[in-house]
Amino acid sequence: MPTLQDIIDQLELKVLTVKRDFDAVVPASGYASDLLSCVMAGAQKHSVWVTLQSHANIVAVAALLDLSAVIITEGAMPDPASIAKANEEEINMFFTQKPIFYVVGKLWEMGLRSE
Amino acid sequence: MENSEESVRKDRVITDGAANLISRVEELAYELTIGEVMSRNVKTIAPGTKMGDVMETFRHARISGAPVVSNGDLIGIVSLEDLIRALRESNIQAPVGEYMTRQVMTVKAASPLIEALKVFDQRHIGRLPVVDENNKLAGIITKGDITSGVMRSLQYDYQEEEVRKYRARHLFEDIISDRTSLTLRYKVKHGEFALGGNASSHIKKALLRLGASPQIARRCGIAIYEAEMNIIIHATRGGNIRIEIEPNQILMETLDDGPGIADIALAMTPGYSTAPDSIRELGFGAGMGLKNIHRCVDDMYLDSTPGRGTRLEMRINMQSQEQLGDTTHKS
Repeated sequence: MPTLQDIIDQLELKVLTVKRDFDAVVPASGYASDLLSCVMAGAQKHSVWVTLQSHANIVAVAALLDLSAVIITEGAMPDPASIAKANEEEINMFFTQKPIFYVVGKLWEMGLRSE
Repeated sequence: MENSEESVRKDRVITDGAANLISRVEELAYELTIGEVMSRNVKTIAPGTKMGDVMETFRHARISGAPVVSNGDLIGIVSLEDLIRALRESNIQAPVGEYMTRQVMTVKAASPLIEALKVFDQRHIGRLPVVDENNKLAGIITKGDITSGVMRSLQYDYQEEEVRKYRARHLFEDIISDRTSLTLRYKVKHGEFALGGNASSHIKKALLRLGASPQIARRCGIAIYEAEMNIIIHATRGGNIRIEIEPNQILMETLDDGPGIADIALAMTPGYSTAPDSIRELGFGAGMGLKNIHRCVDDMYLDSTPGRGTRLEMRINMQSQEQLGDTTHKS
């Protein structure tokens, strides 16, 4: 199973939040949706969530679900307040210009699965 | 008022119980500054000192190296190896200036600890002089200083969180009544999407402090999040959340005097939503909220009158092994 560091390296993700020991974090699974209630229902604990939503509320969702990381796609850049909130809640937030389909495909290729 | 160091440390509380210690150490390497962990009382040596006297200083102070300072400026560093060289050449009468290392690598006191770690990692040196913003010697840092600094900080975090948890967990035992409960109240404003999830994350943290299992805290968090978002999206005059925590159950209630729900059965149907497009674009209004709540709680009751408002009651029962507080002596 890939670590967060492997995912960051292979997908060339930009780390928006505080850098941690990403080598030590092995996400349990992956999930993709832009509808927050679907994420609430479907994302497993310690999973990686891929979304193009970038507003502060995704931090609340990620924190409540104990997600390992949020990958924000298609160049949707969260505002500084959202990033600060993510740091406060200890949520890892990554950024890419690539679309969701590409990111999910890569994650699957790396061995990350859906529960 | 607390001093700044204390307020910095308060931000370092370990949340959600078993935090990953390894990544915590990594984080501390970024959070702590070199100045916070360095040794301040540095034995310095004047450049004219004889190597023989340096040996005596090392022996007395039990150190293996020291910065060489002239008029307050750092001009070199002298270590045991330099001393050994002088001894081998039978030249311990020579001044330090002849044997010291001149091109000294330094780090800044205000830099994060990681900067010192990087230097130690790249070069095989045992100590690094630390300079202030004016390049004057402020202290010295060794790998040992880093280890003890990080350990101190971890210990501090750990103790603080443990004390808080301990106090919270014993709340239900220490207060004697026929039926004790803890009530939490939150006000939720209409349209404040940026604050959405605040109440639910505070409730989740409170439950964990009170000793609830992560599963219970997660279920409550999800249910409250959805109820909170419903108020933000629909309740035009805002609303209130009230949580009543008892050792064996958690009662959650949201109340608003907004437009109400015309057809509750329809509202419960997955995918049905009355949220406008502007809100759906943000990812809300999927029509899954009430369904999610239903999935997370043991009982829910939704009551609404169009034009008058909505009341949602939710209950989560705790199994005997999950009860809050130590209830073993009561049974």
